Amino acid sequence: MKSILSPDQLAITIKRLAHQVLENHINLENTVVIGIQPRGVFLSDKIVEEIKKELPGTTIGYGKLDITFYRDDIRKELHIANRTDIPFSIEGKNVVLIDDVLYTGRTTRAALDALLDFGRPEKVELCVLIDRRFSRQLPIQPDYVGKSIDSIISQKVKVEWDKKEVVLY
Amino acid sequence: MQLSTRNLLGIKDLSSSDISLILQTAEQFKEVLQRPVKKVPSLRDVTIVNLFYENSTRTRFSFELAEKRLSADVINFSASASSVSKGETLLDTVNNILSMKVDMVVMRHSASGAPHFLAKHIPAAIVNAGDGINEHPTQALLDAFSIKEKIGKLEGTKVAIIGDIMHSRVAQSNIYLLKKMGADVTVCGPPTLIPKYIKEALDVKVNYNLKETLQWCDVANVLRIQLERQNQVLFSSLREYSLAYGINKKLLDSLQKNIVIMHPGPMNRGVEIDSDVADSNQSIILQQVENGVAVRMAVLYLLAGRSSESN
Repeated sequence: MKSILSPDQLAITIKRLAHQVLENHINLENTVVIGIQPRGVFLSDKIVEEIKKELPGTTIGYGKLDITFYRDDIRKELHIANRTDIPFSIEGKNVVLIDDVLYTGRTTRAALDALLDFGRPEKVELCVLIDRRFSRQLPIQPDYVGKSIDSIISQKVKVEWDKKEVVLY
Repeated sequence: MQLSTRNLLGIKDLSSSDISLILQTAEQFKEVLQRPVKKVPSLRDVTIVNLFYENSTRTRFSFELAEKRLSADVINFSASASSVSKGETLLDTVNNILSMKVDMVVMRHSASGAPHFLAKHIPAAIVNAGDGINEHPTQALLDAFSIKEKIGKLEGTKVAIIGDIMHSRVAQSNIYLLKKMGADVTVCGPPTLIPKYIKEALDVKVNYNLKETLQWCDVANVLRIQLERQNQVLFSSLREYSLAYGINKKLLDSLQKNIVIMHPGPMNRGVEIDSDVADSNQSIILQQVENGVAVRMAVLYLLAGRSSESN
């Protein structure tokens, strides 16, 4: 087991991601944040918290998206669905999609399909904490990356939110 | 996590964790049904046949809608418009349909045990949509979902099932389910319509007095008087039944509490339930119908995930 981000580094990285999102979305007027259930939501909670700290008083559209029913592997493994909660229209909005680890890109593919059933956003960006580069199975790239790592298929990357640490094992 | 069974033949075969899994998944499907696009691609590669050997409106529409909202391909079969009237057997009909590559069969039949018979002979996953006087599992699941949604929990909730318990597959499935989930069940109706040893067999309370039962319960599930299943006289007239066991506004107002009224449909207004109760805000009859689609989506989704691993 190898530590990729220590608790201190994790806090700084999340802060940076929030600032990068703010940099590209001045005043957040037409921007909404959507976390992918279940694990992406831990990160999106933190990023939204940072954004609110930076711009007190602003309201930001924040939703959670579950992609279970859009997966392409239901024939292989059954996943338990989580709550989807998008309490606003995404029509014409700039959407920042947030997940913890980007690996094969299949979850992001499913999330894009699910998202488009809620309306036609102006633009969709992808923000991830860990990018396992060179392991993509679909042509998907993130716009905001906490840390890029090289890993092989047999390895696992896990963000331990309770210990505030990212590990590779 | 997945279901412990590859068919849904009855609540009797399910474990309490199966039931929880179905209800939990149904909650997520209910949210899907509120979206702008009320459809998900989960069962895109699954073909389902709806085999209805007995009339139905609600259940058939509900299943068909659930299948379409999951993007499954659907074939509808009704016995009256098929070769069944030429004398084809059940197994032959189903085998012919299966040879056209069908993955799941949703079946309603007037003979108790018909889906169990099919399950032994064919590889497709089978969902019982009501078999004779045996079980109607998806109705019990949607009833439980509706109770949970309204009251917040099943455990410890007092549910009265009122009416023709003897001929009711809805009652039987409901009793199995509610007992497995720790609810308290009383059946109520004329003694001729309540099986003699039901107390011992299914561990429920029996009360022949309607008012006492209503006073006791949190939820009253009012069953339909099934005129088509009675070939002997079990009560003297519909009017007499209505006087003793019909639920009306006056009776509900005389209770010291507000109970929830349910009915699986179709209602005989003025017999087991009066219009001023059926259309009141105590009634969740239309919510039951709405929840039916979400619950059936959950069942089909979970079984489709299950049936794949054997192939």
